[in-house]
Amino acid sequence: MNHTLYSLLLIAVIGCETALIRFLPFAVFRKENKMPKALDYLGSVLPGAIMGMLVIYCFKSTVITAWPFALPELIATAAVVGLYLWKRNTLISIGIGTVLYMGLVQLVFV
Amino acid sequence: MRDSKYGKAFRAAFVRTIPVMAGYLVLGFGFGLLLQSRGYSFLWAILMSITIYGGSMQFVTVDLLSAGAGFITAGIMTLMIHARHLFYGLSMLSGYRDTGKVKPYLIYGLTDETYSLVCTGEVPDGVKKGSYYFWITLLDQVYWVVGSAAGGIFGQLVTINTKGVDYSMTALFVVILTDNLLKPDSRIPALAGLFISLVCCILFGSGNFLIPSMAGIAAVLMLLRPVLERRKEAEA
Repeated sequence: MNHTLYSLLLIAVIGCETALIRFLPFAVFRKENKMPKALDYLGSVLPGAIMGMLVIYCFKSTVITAWPFALPELIATAAVVGLYLWKRNTLISIGIGTVLYMGLVQLVFV
Repeated sequence: MRDSKYGKAFRAAFVRTIPVMAGYLVLGFGFGLLLQSRGYSFLWAILMSITIYGGSMQFVTVDLLSAGAGFITAGIMTLMIHARHLFYGLSMLSGYRDTGKVKPYLIYGLTDETYSLVCTGEVPDGVKKGSYYFWITLLDQVYWVVGSAAGGIFGQLVTINTKGVDYSMTALFVVILTDNLLKPDSRIPALAGLFISLVCCILFGSGNFLIPSMAGIAAVLMLLRPVLERRKEAEA
């Protein structure tokens, strides 16, 4: 498949599915029905668990057995977490963490 | 327009969205820049910010695109990452009632940040609920689209070494995870997700661990249900 076509199709699939998910509750629960308890429970715990998976997903290609032994990732992530614990500001953590990581992989651990 | 009821709704909505503006412009910028570094121009960023319109998922989509991921993987990933939107919708069933012809757009644009602005159900006096919610939803999406387009254009015009810019996605998720770990209610689910995915990544390899991880997470969370619900009740 041609690369542009593949990209468009993938975006279309993700976009349509996202819209479908957002419309589904309004289509199913036209009146204010109680939703099933199990769904209620999953809704409260799933987002937190999926974020754990996404963090692992981000580090999936990080090599820890050879130089630089994931040091840029460790340092930047420590900074992101530390800054967040200190300032509780998402943008400060992401901004400084990313610039620090870019500096580390471009200048220090080249 | 200035003194019409629409103008009033717009002004009230604009003030309400200012905190989201900063976040969306900056995060959107990072997204556009990242996408550009993978060879997709700002037009792709605009397309994705209009059609997908969801921060975390769009960052993940950048990765799925570069990896040439399959449609099934992408579909399951979307479901898991956006599952929480089912619950935003459920809690807005009554809030979005009687909002008129803008209602489909309100639902289409119900992101985390927009939800955080509309979920309180407060509507200023003398302002129509439908138009107030409409402007909040539209302004938020405009910030996001403008931010992501700007990031893409910046990446194209300014030749900076973008090596490592993909860490912005990691940083975003690490921040959200840290926040989840700090909250008593989501601490155990977050640790479970982290641990199960790590084990699956080791067992199945980095290319194939997502689907087993998601299945494992769903199964373990259902098993933990009695424990976690009891904990929640004990706190309440």
